[in-house]
Amino acid sequence: MSALAVEGVWKFYGDYPALRDISFEVEPGQCVALLGRNGAGKTTLLRVLAGLSRASKGGVKVFDRDTLDRDARSSIGIIGHGIAIYDELSALENLRLFAALYSLDDPAKTALHWLERTGLERVKDGLVREFSRGMRQRLAVARAFLHNPRLLLLDEPFTALDDRAIALLQGLLRDALKAGGTVLMSTHQLREALELATNVVLISRGKLAHQGPRTQEMLDDPGYLYRTYGEA
Amino acid sequence: MRFLRQTLTVAAKDLRSELRTKEALNASLSFALVILLLFSFAFDPTADTTREISGGLLWLVFAFAGALILNRSFARELENDCLDALIASPVPGPALFLGKALANYVLLLGIEVVCLPVFGVFYNVHVAGQPLWLALVLLLASWGVSVVGTLFSALTVNLRLRELMLPMLVYPMLIPCLMAAMQLTTPLLAGQPLQGDLLAWMRMLIGFDIIFTSLALVLIDTVLIG
Repeated sequence: MSALAVEGVWKFYGDYPALRDISFEVEPGQCVALLGRNGAGKTTLLRVLAGLSRASKGGVKVFDRDTLDRDARSSIGIIGHGIAIYDELSALENLRLFAALYSLDDPAKTALHWLERTGLERVKDGLVREFSRGMRQRLAVARAFLHNPRLLLLDEPFTALDDRAIALLQGLLRDALKAGGTVLMSTHQLREALELATNVVLISRGKLAHQGPRTQEMLDDPGYLYRTYGEA
Repeated sequence: MRFLRQTLTVAAKDLRSELRTKEALNASLSFALVILLLFSFAFDPTADTTREISGGLLWLVFAFAGALILNRSFARELENDCLDALIASPVPGPALFLGKALANYVLLLGIEVVCLPVFGVFYNVHVAGQPLWLALVLLLASWGVSVVGTLFSALTVNLRLRELMLPMLVYPMLIPCLMAAMQLTTPLLAGQPLQGDLLAWMRMLIGFDIIFTSLALVLIDTVLIG
């Protein structure tokens, strides 16, 4: 059973095809770097994979279930462009809310556990709007991991993070991969992504340009991938 | 059971957020009170004609004030991309919708409870003449406004002119609900019981609520995901 199966996905915005017949599979335990230039369609693809947007044609299966199936979503964790945290709620209230929405057994206990893990237990009752940027980012990471997702979909996860949040996220991703989790992340930070990745998916102008294992050549020279398979 | 828990979680979150910021509540309440005051200058409170249109005036105020609450319903989810996190969670679209509609309903009823005695004073009407029937009309019509408004709040959330588009789309859809509420409220404010033809308006209000609640529950996934 694949962790993620993308079958002939097209996505149109009006007449413009943002995604053109994308197909690939991700096996459990793999860490896939989703690469491509700006406007290639990475975010659109991630939104379709996460069930935030419906594919115009084709389909996506997460652990053999349609990604639009609400139960399939219990196994997905997402970090997108926004932190997806409510400013007017406290850190504890935010995590308790999402734990309750994911129907976890003990939302309060789970929320406290993740506040401790992200070093936010001292400010658990503080409103998020009073938090520093770094604290908000760590809370967003906790929100994405608190239901122990088997598949993580990350859209530019390191872009706006401070050093502490990057270290936290890298640690959590390594732990998730060791535990058999699956990660698919889009990023422009090639070196960091390729160090973590086991596989690579390259998208160019909405089309799948390359998919396969991450090789030593890619690690030695991150530009190799774009020169060989993508646009110059 | 899980559906109900998720619905109540969403409703509690919205109410807690609103009670902390009071953005929609303050705007809606002050708007309603100002309109009530302005209408009282425009219409002579002692005239019979004013009493004959009292139900209409009251529901116009509630509808206008309600739009301010409904506008914030999904718009508050745009900050930090919270809407994506909600849609990506395993909460079914109908539970998410009902939670939001319920929160809007409670806020709208709160505005109405504050405005009703003020209306009674300004317009010289006895609002407690038929309290149970009036409460029933308020409950049914407010649910209709909340359901239609919440659905269109979701539909317009990504539009740049959503503050304008929401009332433009919602008010025409609410005509049957508001007409029934107006027709029922006017005699109730005059202390008359509901009987005869008025019961047909009551049936229409109940029918409106059932039809639009069902439609919203069926359509909400398409509205949210596309």
